[in-house]
This record gives sequence, C-alpha cells and structure tokens, in this order.
Amino acid sequence: MAERHRDDVRPGPLEPYRAIFASRVRSQLAYRTSFVFDLLNSVSFGLLEYLEIYLIFHNVAILGGLDRAESLLVFALARSAFTLADLIAGPLDGIPQHVRAGTVDVLLLRPLPVLAQFVLGDVNLRRLGRLALYAVVMAWALGEVPIAWTPAKVALVPVTLIGGAAIFAAVFVVAGAGQFRLLDGGEFANGFTYGGGYVASFSGQVLPAPVRAFFTAVVPATFTGYLPTLVLLDRDGPAGLPAWLGWFTLPVGVIALAVALLLWRDGLRHYQGGGG
Amino acid sequence: MSVIEVERLTREFAVGRRGLGRRRVVRAVDEITFTVHAGESIGYIGANGAGKSTTIKMLTGILTATSGTVRTCGRDPIQHRREVARRVGVVFGQRSQLWWDLPLAESLTILAAIHRLPARHSTARRNELVDRLGLSAFLGRPVRQLSLGERMRGELAAALLHEPELLVLDEPTVGLDVLSKERLRVFLREENQGARGQGRTMLLTTHDMDDVERLCDRLLVVDHGRLVYDGDQAGLVHRVGAHRVLVVDLAEPVPTLEPAVADLGGVTALDSESDGLRHRFAVVPGRVGAAEVLARVGQVAQVRDLSIVEPDIEDVVRRLYERSSPS
Repeated sequence: MAERHRDDVRPGPLEPYRAIFASRVRSQLAYRTSFVFDLLNSVSFGLLEYLEIYLIFHNVAILGGLDRAESLLVFALARSAFTLADLIAGPLDGIPQHVRAGTVDVLLLRPLPVLAQFVLGDVNLRRLGRLALYAVVMAWALGEVPIAWTPAKVALVPVTLIGGAAIFAAVFVVAGAGQFRLLDGGEFANGFTYGGGYVASFSGQVLPAPVRAFFTAVVPATFTGYLPTLVLLDRDGPAGLPAWLGWFTLPVGVIALAVALLLWRDGLRHYQGGGG
Repeated sequence: MSVIEVERLTREFAVGRRGLGRRRVVRAVDEITFTVHAGESIGYIGANGAGKSTTIKMLTGILTATSGTVRTCGRDPIQHRREVARRVGVVFGQRSQLWWDLPLAESLTILAAIHRLPARHSTARRNELVDRLGLSAFLGRPVRQLSLGERMRGELAAALLHEPELLVLDEPTVGLDVLSKERLRVFLREENQGARGQGRTMLLTTHDMDDVERLCDRLLVVDHGRLVYDGDQAGLVHRVGAHRVLVVDLAEPVPTLEPAVADLGGVTALDSESDGLRHRFAVVPGRVGAAEVLARVGQVAQVRDLSIVEPDIEDVVRRLYERSSPS
C-alpha cells in the first residue's frame, strides 16, 4: 500500500537534477578503460603543473616572498578551487558551439533553468583525478609550512576552498554569459577563466601592481590561494594588498557568483532577443 | 478555451555587420494576429524564410517578441518559460531533444524526471507511447544509432511524455520515407482526435501538402512575415485557383490534345513530351473531375497510364501572395 502511494507522488524539485547528473556519470563510466585513461591523463596534467613549480624552486629558494612549501600551499589551494569550479562550471566553455548547434533552444524548452542544465549536462568526472593530486600536495604543504594553528585558521582552509571554487565558477559563468554576445569571444573568455586560474596559483607578489589589483578587485583570483596563505602564515601582504583580505574568500565568492548570475540572466535575455 | 493567443506579433532582426552602422532591420514576423482553440489542428505554412520558425520560437519562449503579445496556454512564454515548457511539447525535425549518446529508453527516463512525473503515471504513459509508436525494438539503442524515422518517433515520445496541452511540430516529416511519414501521420491524427476523448491541440509547420491534407483542419499561411490566409484547405485552393496537374500517357503519339478539352471549363492543356506520348493538363479541383478530362482524351487517343500531381504548397502560397499584394 505504501509502495503504491509513493508511485503517485510528484517527485521533489531536485529529482530532475539528480536524474541528469546520474545519467552523465553513467555515460562517463560506461567505458571503464577509457575513463581510467582519462583520469590518468588528468593526473599527469596536474603533475606537469607541479613540475613547473618544482623547476622554479630548483633554481630559486624564494619566489614572491614565499618558499617552496608555502608556494605549493598557494598552488594547491588555488588549483583545487579552480578544478572544483571547472568540474562543475567548465562546460560553460562550450556555449558558442551550443548556440551554433541550436542546443540552447532545446534547453529553453525544458522546465529547468538553462544554467543548471548546462552545468549538469556535461559534468566532467575526469577532473577528479587532478583534484586528488592537489589534495595530496595540499596535505604535504600544510604539514611542511610553519603555521600557528588556531580554530579560525583550521576553519579557513575548507571555507577558502569553497569560496575559491565559487570565485572561479563565477568567472566561468561570466565568461559563458559573455559568449552569448560574442560568439567568437571564446579565446578572450579563456583569458579570464584559465588565465585567472593560472595567475592564482602563484604568489601575488610577483605580479606588477596593476595586474595584481586587477586579479584582486575585478577577477578576485588572489583570494583563492595567495591571500588566505598569507593569513595562515601570519605574513603581511605587498603594498596595496593587505593580508587580512584573506579571511574574506567566501563572501567575495558569494558576491562574485551573485554578480555572475545577474550577468548570465542578461546574456540569456540577449540570446532570446535574437542577437545570437 | 484558447491555447494560443497572438496579437500583432512582430519580430525584427538586425542583419548586416556589427559596428559599421550599416545594419538593416528585417521584419521576420509582421503584426500577426490569430487565436488557436483547444483541440484544433493547425497547419502553419509558408515558404522558407516566411517567418514560421520565428513564430514557433516566440510561442515557446525561445525568442522574445519585438512588439505585440503572445500567450501560450494563457501565459507569457518568456516570463513563465518553465511553466509553459511543462504544458507544451515541441518537436523540431532538425534538432534533437534526446541525449545523443544514451539509449532512447534512458532519454525518456530523464525527461520523466525533468517533468517530475509521478512514477506510476509516467510508466503508464511511457508504455502507451512505446506501444503506439512501435519503439520497443530500438528502445535500448543509443539515439545516435537510430535511423531518422526511428529517431522522429523517439522525439515524439519525448515531446508527449508529459502529456502537454499543446504539441508544436516544426517540419515533423521532413526527410522521412513514405512508410514512416504515413505511420507518423496516423499517430498524430490519433493524438489530435483523442482516442480517449481528449484532443490535443496541434500546431505544425510543413512543406508537405499530404501532411496538410491529412492532419490540419485549419491553415495559417504566412508570407514575408505576414499572415495572408486563415481558413480551411478547400477555401485556400478555391481562393487561389490552385490546380492539380493531370499527366496522361498515350499508346500512340498525338501532337496536341488542346481541342479535345477546349470546351471543358477548368482545364488547360499545359504541354506535351516525348513527341506527343505524354500530355499534361492543369485541372482546377471542384470545377472539373479527372474522369471527365480522361473521357475527352479517350475520345481521340488510347490512354495507357495516368497520374495526378497535387498542388504544391509553395505554389499555392506564391499564388496567394501574388493575389494579396497590391499590383
């Protein structure tokens, strides 16, 4: 009796997302060998990035005021946040192709927000491989660097990761929204997404002041790794970039996402306006 | 109850290069007004570029209108896009709503979840569609491996799973073979006439005159963005004087058959081929029957074969436009 009753109930509001997500997972796991190779490929890409840092510190002891372990902490925080965002919002890269193929129209015909469909419809589980690698690097770096741990600092690490992921996700969403207007702006948009992700994985002190200001105030990339690392180490920031900003990664991420969603709405309206 | 209400609907596109100040504004849809009532079956026809797809996109919330109003199922499709999506099913002949890399069955499962259909309800509806559309043989195959005919049947099941009040079809039979077309038409007729007493409102665009004849009670003809005809098919053919073409093959060549039909009203000898073995006549439906023409021809020559070409939709529309535009 109870069984039959459940079959008559309208599924909850999250059921559509669960179904789309589950189908993407199934289709990516359908070819096991291929998936394993994709994972390995993703890990080796992460290793290459690691190698870059390794080579730099093979030649210099300190870069931008940070030694190797400290730099690896910035790297691991920022890259983890970026990869989390990429895992979820990375598919927004493909908007020009979707516009050209007419798939945006199909998404508009379904009773779900278009952004959610984009995001869930192309979840890229391969990124999990790289994420695991960064977790190892982060664990190692946290053990190496001299941190005077307080409860607030302990909480700062996961909060920073979430806030950082929100910041990079916002950048992906803004870049995606922009591509409704500029279909050929893909490379330009990549400059902000992947460029921001790259810049974030180094000490902010190595950047020229205007660039640093840009990647703090406009694209808040320094909030994802560098600034929180300064907080953890009780260091001062370079001129014009006070270290206490490092406590605010999560609020900055929330604001960035809110702005991004407004711009997304505008981009989609532009598409419906026929500019595409 | 009206399912679609469109009033002075207009859509303009700016064409030309950006930023050069040379953008030209083109009216794809020009002050169209019509109302579709529940249970009607509408053929929305016109030449390529007449504004059919643009209208459909405005009805379903894909495009905003430049001016005028649209109400689909009583709602503004842009402001209430998601609610309209729950109450409308759409099939685009050219673009798939199914997941390319997944088996058809799984696409249907996801769509049931997207529309949050109760399990018992969706299972019953799905079984019914699988049965009536004959999907069971390829339900487990990835959509990309389906033939066009199979895929279109899958698309229909996808669009109808949530039992929409309105079914919108953009060129549903384009590219299908004769058998697949026939099968689709029978199914659509059933959906519209409602085997269980509840007819689904249908709006379809097509270039196929057979689709129109078999499926549509009412025609809306658009040309250059303007609505130039709203009525039934007989009225349209009557109004433009569209003709059937009668092709007669003879056993022995005859140079001309013009005198044989000269005194019959509503028929004109068009031309002859193969040194007089094949002749073509233009016949106005309703004014003269094919049998009468055949009888006249039979008096002067032995008829070996005969075929009838129905009026072409593009031709009908062109004539309509020629008549409606001031000369």
